[in-house]
Amino acid sequence: MLDRRGFIASGGVLALVPGGAAAAPTADVVTKDNPAATIDATVEPLYALTPREAEFLAAVVDAFIPADDLSPSGSECGVVAFIDRQLAGAYGAGARLYQEGPFQPSNGQPQFGSQSPLAPLAFIRLGIAELDAWAAAQCGARVSQLSPPMLEALLRDVEAGKVAFPRIDARAFLAALLQLSMEGFFSDPIYGGNRGKASWRMIGYPGLPATYAKAIKNHRGRRYEAEPRSIADFL
Amino acid sequence: MAKVLKATDAVIVGLGWTGAIMARELTRAGLDVVALERGPDRDPAADFALPAIRDELRYSVRQELMQDPKMETVTLRHRLDDKARPVRRFGAFLPGDGVGGMGTHWNGNTFRFLPSDHNLRTHLTERYGRARIPDDMTIQDWGVTYDELEPHYARFEALCGVSGKAGNIGGRIQAGGNPFEGPRSGEYPNAPLVSSHANELFRRAATELGLHPFPAPASNSSAPYRNPEGAQLGACQYCGHCDRFGCEANAKATPLSTLAPALGKAPGFRKVTNAYATRVLYDAQTRRATGVRYIDLRSGETYDLPAEIVILSAWVFGNTRLMLLSGIGQPYDPRAGTGVVGKNYCYQIQPTVQLFFKDEELNPFMGAGGLGMVVDDFNGDNFDHADLGFLGGGYISLNSTNGRPISFRPTPPGTPAWGAAWKRETAKWYRKTALVLCEGMNYASRANSIDLDPTYRDMFGQPLLRMTFNFTQNDRAMADYLLGKAAEIGRAMNATIVAPQPRKGDFNVVSYQSSHNTGGTIMGRTPADSVVNRYLQSWDAHNLFVLGSSVFPQNAGYNPTAAAAATAYWCADALVKTYLKSPSPMVQL
Ligand SMILES: Cc1cc2nc3c(=O)[nH]c(=O)nc-3n(C[C@H](O)[C@H](O)[C@H](O)COP(=O)(O)OP(=O)(O)OC[C@H]3O[C@@H](n4cnc5c(N)ncnc54)[C@H](O)[C@@H]3O)c2cc1C
Ligand code: SF4
Repeated sequence: MLDRRGFIASGGVLALVPGGAAAAPTADVVTKDNPAATIDATVEPLYALTPREAEFLAAVVDAFIPADDLSPSGSECGVVAFIDRQLAGAYGAGARLYQEGPFQPSNGQPQFGSQSPLAPLAFIRLGIAELDAWAAAQCGARVSQLSPPMLEALLRDVEAGKVAFPRIDARAFLAALLQLSMEGFFSDPIYGGNRGKASWRMIGYPGLPATYAKAIKNHRGRRYEAEPRSIADFL
Repeated sequence: MAKVLKATDAVIVGLGWTGAIMARELTRAGLDVVALERGPDRDPAADFALPAIRDELRYSVRQELMQDPKMETVTLRHRLDDKARPVRRFGAFLPGDGVGGMGTHWNGNTFRFLPSDHNLRTHLTERYGRARIPDDMTIQDWGVTYDELEPHYARFEALCGVSGKAGNIGGRIQAGGNPFEGPRSGEYPNAPLVSSHANELFRRAATELGLHPFPAPASNSSAPYRNPEGAQLGACQYCGHCDRFGCEANAKATPLSTLAPALGKAPGFRKVTNAYATRVLYDAQTRRATGVRYIDLRSGETYDLPAEIVILSAWVFGNTRLMLLSGIGQPYDPRAGTGVVGKNYCYQIQPTVQLFFKDEELNPFMGAGGLGMVVDDFNGDNFDHADLGFLGGGYISLNSTNGRPISFRPTPPGTPAWGAAWKRETAKWYRKTALVLCEGMNYASRANSIDLDPTYRDMFGQPLLRMTFNFTQNDRAMADYLLGKAAEIGRAMNATIVAPQPRKGDFNVVSYQSSHNTGGTIMGRTPADSVVNRYLQSWDAHNLFVLGSSVFPQNAGYNPTAAAAATAYWCADALVKTYLKSPSPMVQL
C-alpha cells in the first residue's frame, strides 16, 4: 500500500481536483470565485480510512458534488475529511444504532431501514471494497481511476439497482454515502466539510446566529442577505 | 436482589410533559412525589446556549436529545403474519429522553382536538349510522367529553403561553380564528406569531378558495410571558431551530421552561435521573400497584421504590411496555380481538405538497416551531363524509419551520439526487420553496397494535415492544383526498411547480413523519374495551394512573400534546379532589 507521502506524490487526490485547483489562490476564504484557497485535501490527516479509501471517496463525493460556478467540489470543501472523521468517531462505531441480533436482511424492503450488523465504519469500508471490485471487473479500473462520465454512469447504475454486491445492499451503500456526503457539505464547517461555508453561500443560508424576530416581518418576500457565520465564528 | 427504598406517596415514571404536570399537581396537594426519569437532567441555560445549540448535525441529524435505540427500541411488522425487524435507528418518530422528555425538543403546535374527536363512535354513528363504521375500525369514545376537558385545555395553554387566535369563544365565532374548533372559555394567552411571507400566500389563497385559514396555535411565545406557575418565557426569535432542539431564547414552552422552576421549589418533590423503570410492582391479590422497580443506569443497581400511588407517564411505548412487562391487564390479541393492553395503536398519515415559486423569496431558514397557517375545513368530521369512501380527515397547513440545509433542500420532481443538475436545482430553489402538510388522522383498526416482541431485547435483556402497524384503506383514501385539497391550495397560491407527495406503500420507519403515536393503554367506558377509565385510572389497580397519548382510543388530525396534557390535568384534578379522599375506583361498574 502507498504511504501518505507516496500517495500524494503519485497524484492521488490531487489528480481529482478539477483544473488543478490545488495549485491556486492565496486568500483564505473559499468563495465561488476562489475555490481552493485553503484547500489541499491531500494534507488532511486520515483518522479511519486508508489513503486508497479516501481516494475512492474523493472521486465519489466529487461526482455527487461536482465543482462548478456554484461551489467548489465536495472534496475541495472537505467532505472526504468530514466522512473520515464521522466514521472514526462515535457515529462510525455504531452510536445510537441498535445492533442486537438476529439480523434479518431487509429483502428489498427499505421501510425497515438498514438491518445490517455492521456499524457505519465497517459498512462503508465494505461498500468501498465491493464497488471497487465491481468497477475493476466491469470497467477494468478502480472507482477513483474512472473518468468522471464513467463514474457517474456507474453510480447511476448502482442507484437504479443494476449493481449487486455479494454481502451488502449496493443501493443502501450508495444511499448511506450520499447521506454522509450531504451532511458533510451542508453541516456547520466545524465538522470539517462545508469549508468556507461554500454550500451555505451557494443556497443563501445565513447560518448563525439565527435570530429573526424583526426580519421575519421586514423581509417578507424580500431576500435576506447576510455573510454566513459558523459556530466557530462565535467562539 | 432489588434494594428496597423508603416508601413515598407517589412515584411518577417519566418526567416529560405529562409527568411534570402530574408532579406539579400532586406536590401542590402536599404529597411526597418521586419522579423517575431514565435520561439525564437538563439545564437549559447551559445545554441550549448559543452557538452550540445551532448545530443541525448534532441535534437534528444525530438526534442528541432523543432516546438511544442501543438501550431500547421497538420492532415493526406490517402484518400479523410477518416477522418483525427492529427499528435500528429512529426515523419516523423520535422518542424523548431526559428531563423534559420529547417536550424538550418538540415544535410547539398546540391544537385542541375537536369535540367529535372525543366521542368519535357516538358522533359518527349519529351522523352516518352504525353501518358506516367498518367492523375492523375499532374506534371508540374517550369517555370524557370536550366540554369536560375544556378548562384543562385552557390550563395547558396558559401554562405554555400559547400564541394563537381563538375561533370560537363560548359559541361565538371569532374572525381570523378556527371556526370549527370547540367552544373555548377565552382567547389564547398570547397574540399569534408574526406570519411569514409563505404563511401569507397560503392565507390569501385559502381565503380565495372559500376556506377558513387561521394562525396555528403555537407554544412559541410571541412576546415575553409569565405563566401561572411564575415561570418567565422569552419572546420567540424565529430561529428555525425549534423541532429537535432546545430553545436558546427560553421562548418555547417545555416542561423545563414552564414547570421545572416551580417543581424545583416544591416541597416534597424529588427527581431521580438515569433511573430506568422496568416494572410496576403489582399485587394481583389486592389489585394494587405497590411501587416501581428501576435500574440506576450509573451503578447498574436495581431498586424497588414502594409508593401509595403509581403514575405512568413514560410516553406511548414506555407506558404500554411497563403494563405488559408487569402483567397488569389482559394483553390484546388482534386475532381473537380479546384483551386490551396494546390495543388501538395509532399513528398519522401525512401526505405533503412541495411548492416552488420562481418569483418569490421565502427565506425558509426563518421560522418558528409552530409558525403555521392552517385550514381545518377538512379535518375530523368538519366536512360531510356521506358521499366519501372514508371517514376522518386532517388539518392542512403551511408551516414556516425547519428550513435547515442538511435536511431541507427540496428540488422539483425529476431532479436527480446528486450531480451537477441536482446542485443547480438546489441552489435555484432553496429559498423559493415551501411545504404544505396534511396532518391526516389514523383511526384504530383491529390489527394495528403493540405487544412484547418474542425475539428482540433491550440492553438489560427485557423484551422490546413489537408494533404491528400499517396504514389502512381508510387512511389511504383519506390521505389522497387531503392531498388533492392541499394541491388545490398550492395552485391557488400560484406556485410555479406544485409537487404532491403521496404516502405510498407500507409504513416506513426511516423518514420522519411525526412523533404523534397514540394508543396501547386506551381509555374507555368499560374494562372490556379499555385499560384505563375516564379518569385515566387503571381498571386493574385503582392506585395506578396512566398519562399521555397512549390513552387516546384513536388518533386525530392534530398534534397530540395539548390533548395529552389536558387529560393529564383532568386526571390530576380527579386524583386530588376525589381519589385522595377515598382511594378506590372512581368509576363504579
Ligand atoms: C421532533 C418532535 C416534534 C414534536 N412536535 C410536536 C408539536 O409541534 N406539537 C405536539 O403536540 N406534539 C409534538 N411532538 C410530540 C410531543 O413532544 C409529545 O406528544 C409529548 O412530549 C408527549 O408527552 P409525554 O409526557 O407523554 O411524553 P414525553 O414528553 O416524551 O415524556 C416521557 C418521558 O418518559 C421517560 N421514560 C420512558 N420510559 C421510561 C422508563 N422505562 N423509565 C423511566 N423513564 C422513562 C422518557 O425518557 C421521557 O422523558 C413532537 C415530538 C418530537 C419528537
Ligand atoms: S423558533 Fe422560537 S421557540 Fe423555537 S427554538 Fe427558536 S426562538 Fe425558541
